[in-house]
Amino acid sequence: MNASVELAPLVALVGNPNCGKTALFNALTGSRQKVANYPGVTVEKKTGRLTTPGGHAIQLLDLPGTYSLRARSPDEEITRDSVLGKLAGETAPDLIVCVADSSNLRLSLRLALELKQVGRPIVLALNMIDISRKRGIEIDAERLSRELGVPVVTSVAVRRGGTDALLAEIDRALVRMPAVATANWHAPSAGELRGSQSEADQLLRTCVRGLGRPDGGTARADAVLLHPVGGLLILLAILFVMFQAVFAWARPAMDAIAAGFALLGGLVDDGSLPDLLRSFLKDGLIAGVGSVLVFLPQILILFFFILVLEDLGYMARAAFLMDRIMGGAGLHGRAFIPLLSSFACAIPGIMATRVIDDKRDRLTTILVAPLMTCSARIPVYTLIISAFIPDREVAGFLGLQGLVMFGLYAVGIGGALGVSFIIKRIMRDSPGAPFMLELPNYKIPQARSIAVGLWTRATIFLERAGTTILSMMILIWVLASFPRPPVGATDPAINYSLAAIIGKAMEPLTLPLGFNWQINVALIPGMAAREVAVGALGTIYAIDGGEGASDKIGQVLAGQWSLATALALLAWYVFAPQCASTLAVIRRETGSWKWMAVTFFYMLALAYAAALATYQIACTLGAG
Amino acid sequence: MVNQRTFSLGEARIGFRGRIAALDANRAGPGLEPAELERRLIELGFVEGATVELLHQGLFGRDPIAVRVAEGTIALRRREAMAIMVEAGAETEVPA
Repeated sequence: MNASVELAPLVALVGNPNCGKTALFNALTGSRQKVANYPGVTVEKKTGRLTTPGGHAIQLLDLPGTYSLRARSPDEEITRDSVLGKLAGETAPDLIVCVADSSNLRLSLRLALELKQVGRPIVLALNMIDISRKRGIEIDAERLSRELGVPVVTSVAVRRGGTDALLAEIDRALVRMPAVATANWHAPSAGELRGSQSEADQLLRTCVRGLGRPDGGTARADAVLLHPVGGLLILLAILFVMFQAVFAWARPAMDAIAAGFALLGGLVDDGSLPDLLRSFLKDGLIAGVGSVLVFLPQILILFFFILVLEDLGYMARAAFLMDRIMGGAGLHGRAFIPLLSSFACAIPGIMATRVIDDKRDRLTTILVAPLMTCSARIPVYTLIISAFIPDREVAGFLGLQGLVMFGLYAVGIGGALGVSFIIKRIMRDSPGAPFMLELPNYKIPQARSIAVGLWTRATIFLERAGTTILSMMILIWVLASFPRPPVGATDPAINYSLAAIIGKAMEPLTLPLGFNWQINVALIPGMAAREVAVGALGTIYAIDGGEGASDKIGQVLAGQWSLATALALLAWYVFAPQCASTLAVIRRETGSWKWMAVTFFYMLALAYAAALATYQIACTLGAG
Repeated sequence: MVNQRTFSLGEARIGFRGRIAALDANRAGPGLEPAELERRLIELGFVEGATVELLHQGLFGRDPIAVRVAEGTIALRRREAMAIMVEAGAETEVPA
């Protein structure tokens, strides 16, 4: 009945975080890797295929880093269950490669001792052997192999030929294929952990020379980078560059993509196609695909920074520096970078939460990330502010319009911190996961590893988020296009559509917010991307000059809406779940519709409350 | 083995060098179950006899701290470090 089971032998890479396991995986498989999610969890399953020099076609599995098989996080549970062969639909690995950082063997050796108990064939790979040799650490691999009772090889992921010894040993192990011993692993007690650590320390004393000298470069760098004040300033400077890059460097590429899709849209717009088909191709399909692809440059730039900082070993330091500051709002130190990225766009921000290993901390960060003011809100804010907020100065030097803009950002940040504080109260029965992580020695990032990482991120985004986002875009197009306007209709087509019907049906609900049905209708295509609402308002109010004429739109709106309505719409936009793409990414990253729905409804509730309060207060003050 | 000279790593000043005398997870602030905290600390290398040095600390409340444990460096909060009982003076410690 197991006809579908993979026939290629399964080789699993297991090791501590920061042991260079992923670089080794990249070196062994190159771009021949596949990233999927384990069913029901957000943990990524990275597999790759390769053929060894001995002619074995094998399947290589990169398991999440861990210090022990005693799982403490969803990632580590996957490692444990995979190693033990307990994952549904998966077989136990035919061979375990325990990857160890040669210059930091102590914790790896303890893990190797624990892995031995699993009873499967195992090879210990002393990885990054070049670095430890340079630091004068001598490892007697033969003796270590004898005393540990498993084959020991050395490896260098980043150098040609650096994995030859490992591949040869994999071949030998696959030929040997010893009878699988019975697994007698159980979650070790504190006493057993102590025992295995002292056994590991004993192995270190007998087989390794030249330990005890810390890495000089790392110590010197940390004296600056972890300085209580200087370290924070440097972190801020790095973040500033990153933020700037995501905003500015991505702009030409984003403009080019947008222009390319506009051109493509223009091609089908030549009138030779039936109206409906043309609208579907142009406004549904091409605009839909375009609105997904346009995020790609930002995502690549952001992940470039994240991968470089992670490989460098700086990410753990950033978490160290920010832990106390973020902790005040119930967020983990590692939530800092994802939240900051969300100022550009919540999508890369939410994808960046992968650096947070605690499941609940990660979820909290994902839930609040869409509250950070993303760049797509800016066109809407600008339109309404320039139409309704007088361009004058307050307190002699502050521009009122700029002040309102700043206020909208501040409300978004305040909202995110407030919500995370409340989530912490609701979700946690304890004060939270402890902050404990290893600060690895700094390493120069390898271009190849970064490139493979970027490639993987880009594919994931395009393949999976792309399909969900695109289907939502098409749904929104259907809402805005059907039913078709009657023959001889004078109003814009959207006014006869389902979107208009929904908008009018919603009017009783939105009147307390000061929203007329036209605003409701504009909010529906605005779900595709927030800034689309600007063009949609133009269409609904049938303003000549098309979607680019935002000055004109502003003038018309100023004549049609009260100030209270405008302010309420701004308040709405700070909180509203106005972005289908973000929701799709939340669905993908949390692996559940539930959390997407939670995000949607809590943001909707906040938006409604904020707009209601704003409108009612503004009306009371005479702005109605 | 826990004598007058031992105290919590969570109370140590920056630059402190010493050796782990014992783990007492009940001393840590609220958070993990003491038994779980003890196992996690051991998994990160905090075992009796290991040398420790307090390398860095954060700006606010001198928290968290970065501690060199034998050959590795671990960042943790003082709240959890309270569970690690240390004694001063490990200048001579080098693995043979």
